[in-house]
Amino acid sequence: MAQKLIISTSPHVHCGDTIERNMRWVIIALLPALIASFMYFGVGSLIVTATSVASCLFFEWFITRVFLKKPSTLADGSAIITGILLAFNLPSNLPLYMIVVGALVAIGIGKMAFGGLGNNPFNPALVGRVFLLISFPAKMTSWPVPHQLTAYADAVTGATPMNLIGQIAGGNTAAADQLPALKDLFLGNIGGCLGEVSALALLIGFVILLWRKVITWHIPVTIFATVAVLTGIMWLINPVLYVNPLYHLCSGGLMLGAIFMATDYVTSPMTAKGMVWYGIGIGFLTVVIRYFGSYPEGMSFAILLMNAVTPLINNWCKPKRFGEAVK
Amino acid sequence: MNTFKIGGVHPEPNKLTAGKKIETLALPRQAVFPLSQHIGAPAVPCVQKGDLVKVGTRIAEPGGFMSASIHSSVSGKVAKIDSVIDASGVRKPAIFIDVEGDEWEPSIDRSDKLVLQCNYSREEIIERIKNAGVVGMGGACFPTHVKLSPPKDCTIDTLIINAVECEPYLTADHRLMLEHPDEIIIGIKIILKVLGIERAVVGIEANKPDAIELMISKTTMVSGIEVMPLKMKYPQGGEKQLIEAVTGRQVPPPPALPASVGCVVQNIGTVFAIYEAVMKNKPLIERIVTVTGKSVTNPCNLKVRMGTPVSQLLEYAGGMPEDTGKLISGGPMMGRPLLDASAPVSKGTSGILMIPQSEAARQEERNCIRCAKCVQACPMGLEPYLLATASEQSDWELAEENWIMSCIECGCCQSTCPSRRPLLDWVRLAKNRVGGIIRARNAKK
Amino acid sequence: MSFILTAVLVLGASGLVLGLVLFAVSRKFKVEEDPRVGQITELLPGANCGGCGFPGCAAFAAACVKADSMEGLKCSACKSEVMQQIAAITGHAVEVGVEKVAVVRCAGTCANRPGTRVNDGARSCAVRAMMNGGDTDCFWGCLGCGDCVSACKFDAIHMDPETGLPVVDQEACTACGACAKACPRNVIELRNRNKLDRRVYVSCVNKDKGPVAKKACAVGCIGCGKCVKICPFEAITLENNLAYIDPEKCRLCRKCVDECPQHSIVAVNFPPKKSAAPVVEAPSEQPQPAAPAPAQAPQDNTELNENK
Repeated sequence: MAQKLIISTSPHVHCGDTIERNMRWVIIALLPALIASFMYFGVGSLIVTATSVASCLFFEWFITRVFLKKPSTLADGSAIITGILLAFNLPSNLPLYMIVVGALVAIGIGKMAFGGLGNNPFNPALVGRVFLLISFPAKMTSWPVPHQLTAYADAVTGATPMNLIGQIAGGNTAAADQLPALKDLFLGNIGGCLGEVSALALLIGFVILLWRKVITWHIPVTIFATVAVLTGIMWLINPVLYVNPLYHLCSGGLMLGAIFMATDYVTSPMTAKGMVWYGIGIGFLTVVIRYFGSYPEGMSFAILLMNAVTPLINNWCKPKRFGEAVK
Repeated sequence: MNTFKIGGVHPEPNKLTAGKKIETLALPRQAVFPLSQHIGAPAVPCVQKGDLVKVGTRIAEPGGFMSASIHSSVSGKVAKIDSVIDASGVRKPAIFIDVEGDEWEPSIDRSDKLVLQCNYSREEIIERIKNAGVVGMGGACFPTHVKLSPPKDCTIDTLIINAVECEPYLTADHRLMLEHPDEIIIGIKIILKVLGIERAVVGIEANKPDAIELMISKTTMVSGIEVMPLKMKYPQGGEKQLIEAVTGRQVPPPPALPASVGCVVQNIGTVFAIYEAVMKNKPLIERIVTVTGKSVTNPCNLKVRMGTPVSQLLEYAGGMPEDTGKLISGGPMMGRPLLDASAPVSKGTSGILMIPQSEAARQEERNCIRCAKCVQACPMGLEPYLLATASEQSDWELAEENWIMSCIECGCCQSTCPSRRPLLDWVRLAKNRVGGIIRARNAKK
Repeated sequence: MSFILTAVLVLGASGLVLGLVLFAVSRKFKVEEDPRVGQITELLPGANCGGCGFPGCAAFAAACVKADSMEGLKCSACKSEVMQQIAAITGHAVEVGVEKVAVVRCAGTCANRPGTRVNDGARSCAVRAMMNGGDTDCFWGCLGCGDCVSACKFDAIHMDPETGLPVVDQEACTACGACAKACPRNVIELRNRNKLDRRVYVSCVNKDKGPVAKKACAVGCIGCGKCVKICPFEAITLENNLAYIDPEKCRLCRKCVDECPQHSIVAVNFPPKKSAAPVVEAPSEQPQPAAPAPAQAPQDNTELNENK
């Protein structure tokens, strides 16, 4: 006896996409950068990443199951991604308790307080990161030099390219000699947060995300273009104080932020036009904070500020409607 | 290769029956004719219980200006005028005819001989089309004699023949082109004459290279008819998308018609029906139906008399597979679910599709993750996530502000959503309510 | 020290000045409102259910004060004593309306009305009603997705998971009509409460022909008309294969209840009859706990669906 017919209305087939599939490919796209972080920061990177991911998973499980008494949402993969991205925004020698606090803030305040996946207005990993930056400025702004593979808390720290760019702009031309070669910036042979050092690894991730249609090109490319144009103008005006745009693109959290954080589904605009304005806003704010603010790196703040503007962008930037021009 | 610019998706084509020649299905024992097989007022019966009819006898007259007549596809006796549930899911009045023999109205030319020359005047052609009860065969069932009489203030310059068949699985139009290209060419010429224009474009999707080649070869010597291969993308066969791909023009939002951008679109099956109506005196009494599905034993393209119960088609195709989840009239993207196999084949039944349970059953709905894939997919430039949420909240004003009445219900959005949200279910509700609000507003004016 | 004093003085002074400004502005731009509007609003339930036809309790209060008479103005959500108090404030007489209650006119439980199809689309009655999306062969009755439950602002209607039908809490129901409006199939009707909250009604809205209705639901009205004939008060009419009891004419004699061969007619809140005829009880007023009723027939509906 055949089973009962289903009578729900069209469409009757689905392309097969799921939330989990998209999250899976984001994690895969993050793997090159993860491997790069192990190569450059060794044990420190392993400890920080593992702690961050485990904490994020734990806090999400705890809040969902124990506080809210709802089914666990861990399987959708978003907590793992928040964990990895948070770790990528931290130096490899950050004390464990700070990482845990960061995870608690990222998941608890950045995500669950608003209702879980789909409801948060701000990028959770960045909320966690900025909280740590403001609460523990010293530890959050000292970065180990790469290639100390067995060091964690005792790693020797040094100036990162971002620090040096800031010093050069401040008039310290001696710092220009210490600036690593572009090749090193591109491969990741520099100091910095775990996930931000290797531009190459991040770009590989970008290609993976585009190939698997997880994200579109609009946000990252617009951010790159805006930063390149603005820093390029400043470099042309005064090449002694202001470095070449390529240095800007490959240092700090720009690539990481542009490819993985700004493109977060929940907190970014819904239309191509909106995404372009969003990208321009982020690029502009990043350059302003880098050159005119007191923080060396502006990406996290820029993204969070533009996250706040996203609902407005969604209201103002509607897609091109079919038949609109003729109307 | 031309295509439409906004949105679109790429479902699996699954054209299982593309290579299968059309077979003629046997006569049913009882034929059922719903009085509403077209857009507009239902037809009014002009027979009653006990009347004897032949194939081609008119059994219902148009119920108004926007309506169409219905003809018996069988010979026999009118059993009753009762009701039936057809593909729309709604119970409708219908004429039931018990089949006896296969006697045709003598005026119908049943020979295969190609009638090349159309000597009728424009008005005569329209009258013949109207008397034959021809309606759009692509699924929408718009009365053809009305469509071919566009408003006086519209200047038509292009006739577009919709041979796209973008819905997966369906191959009725494909086979019709391969097996009856000459009749179709004549039908196109007839329509050009009616519209008084000189340019016709046959749009065919690139996944039918044999049909494209054949139609090009048939039209090289014919002036005014060109074949345009179109990029494979759903919903290329949507009227507005087709017009944009062929002419580059975008039809303005409702209530504007394609005629306002100078185009008239006709499905290729309708063109064939026009040929038969005008040149062979044959009313619309049969059509090609693709019976298909991954688990179907004998997927096929059948020539079916109107009114045949779907169960008979299923039997020919090897029966409804055990694992069937949905029985659909039409294609998988826009077809209508049938409540059971007793529904009759009507003028808009382009295919019967059986989808296995594993594919058809919907997955559990999750929160919107704002991935914007629905926005990227929508061919009309709408924001399905927003329209669906507005509908859930009964915010009809927000829905109307966001162009909901432009939605063509193609299903691209829902088939793309990773969270498996029933976007189109909600949008349909909002379209219904907003449509009512607009009508009430217009009536007051 | 002096700098603390300065800070205190400056802030204190600016606070005082701004406070005076606020006071002056509130006096100058005060909206003159009839104090009675506030008094009436206090008396009203404050649920803003819209049953009165006005967008909120405050709007209703304003309308009461403005109107010349209380005709047509009734808050169905509050008790008649409250309406009397409102009448006293406005100075107009108020007619005591008939107390009503929401009645779900469908007894198509999972046991009575077998599921013949599956609908896994959006869980909304409004959506499903558009395409005959019910999962049974009855195309008229309750769709079971709970649009009525969402519409109720008094928490007076809930879905019974065993029967699949909504159940009205007659204590909490204020007959505001929200659930009746929300139901796309017009299954819910506001009927008179009568003395002791008793009512008799045809628990079916199926307009299909008899055999079709019977096949779809064991207790569907088949339009046989026996109830019409037996009613001594001519309170029952038959239209489109469906019987309807006029709540104004019905005298609660219950002759029709026994006469109906389908047991479609329901009598609510009556004591059990002394005669041998089966006692018909209303579907439970509160949703019964899920244990331990057998899967076939929920306990409270046993008499209802007994087929002789």
